[in-house]
Amino acid sequence: MNGVHDMGGMHGFGTVQPEPDEPIFHERWEARVLALNLAVGRIGGWNIDRSRHTRESLPPATYLASSYYEIWLLGLENLLVKHGLIAADEVAVGKMIHLPPPGKTALTVEQMVEGLRTGGPCDREVHTPAMFEVGQMVRAKNINPPSHTRLPRYARGKIGEIELVHGGFVFPDTNADLEGEHPQWCYTVRFTGTELWGPDSDPTTSVSVDCFETYLEPVEY
Amino acid sequence: MSDTELPIALRVEALESLLIEKGYVDPATLDKIIDTYENEVGPQLGAAVVAKAWVDPAYRARLLADATKAAAEVGAEGRQGEHLVAVEATADQHHMVVCTLCSCYPWTVLGLPPTWYKSPAYRAKAVRDPRGVLEDFGVSLPTTTSIRVWDSSAEIRYLVIPLRPEGTEGMSEAQLARLVTRDSMIGTGLALRL
Repeated sequence: MNGVHDMGGMHGFGTVQPEPDEPIFHERWEARVLALNLAVGRIGGWNIDRSRHTRESLPPATYLASSYYEIWLLGLENLLVKHGLIAADEVAVGKMIHLPPPGKTALTVEQMVEGLRTGGPCDREVHTPAMFEVGQMVRAKNINPPSHTRLPRYARGKIGEIELVHGGFVFPDTNADLEGEHPQWCYTVRFTGTELWGPDSDPTTSVSVDCFETYLEPVEY
Repeated sequence: MSDTELPIALRVEALESLLIEKGYVDPATLDKIIDTYENEVGPQLGAAVVAKAWVDPAYRARLLADATKAAAEVGAEGRQGEHLVAVEATADQHHMVVCTLCSCYPWTVLGLPPTWYKSPAYRAKAVRDPRGVLEDFGVSLPTTTSIRVWDSSAEIRYLVIPLRPEGTEGMSEAQLARLVTRDSMIGTGLALRL
């Protein structure tokens, strides 16, 4: 989706503002929001792509006006309601009104520790040969799906070089809609700064974008 | 706490108590997650990886070949580091990592990302004007040094191996690790000079 989350290249946000000796969390509620996302995320019935898509689907003005952990809170509330774990009337009062669905049981500390240690690998076997090889020139397709995609707008229609072939990975575009993992080859494609930003831009820069195979098409020279 | 922050803190408290009442979360598990990222998983792990790569050519080769496995050798493994790639800076080539679409970051070696990494300013500017971003951090590179930006748009996470500072030949791995800042492993900074 062409949302405000897709920020690469935008103007107007000002300079980057590092904070010396920044704490991990500025407020305790931020820590609780992170922990709630991680803990419930493992039993909720969604996946990391759906979480991202839910956050980027917030109204654009809300997304831009919210802090990072506010976005994570709003996203989590939306996921919990959409997946039937809680209802809006319960959010309003912070109390259980409806019985929980069966099988949604809290992880123990040990299960959570093991979950953090193993993470959630997204590499998958793909049974077709890779369409592209290192050194090949490709064009990122000009696609504008209204649903989740991980091809940033600034790279669409641009030509770059295949730099790394990572193997098969879960395809976020379908996984986000719970339509299956449909794994496909994932590549790093390197675009020159001038290809992305025009002849007046800094010629000594490049941007590498990780692209799924169906984001790309071959370029003949 | 300001008035504007009060409602959200209460809102989070209400959601947490609802989720506990429903049996979805155990507060002890939440405490453990927070403790993990406040006290265990952080940039000291990445610094150990980098310092080891600086002094041990065989480890450096393993790191460049398979950073996921090499990081696990020093205990850095798990969530948001399942598919790690290390990119090495040289005098001629600098690296900078960003996630323009959200906040993807190599948690296993750097911990949770700082606020600026997740900010619209950084996500917008890093791909278009990385040299300008470096200026925001007070870093100036010669124009002969090219800058490679890595946009973490899939599930691969990138760790920068910064340039080893000159004059550090005699230093131990532990001493070197103290020169490796978080920002130098994102590419918005350099390793500390002596």
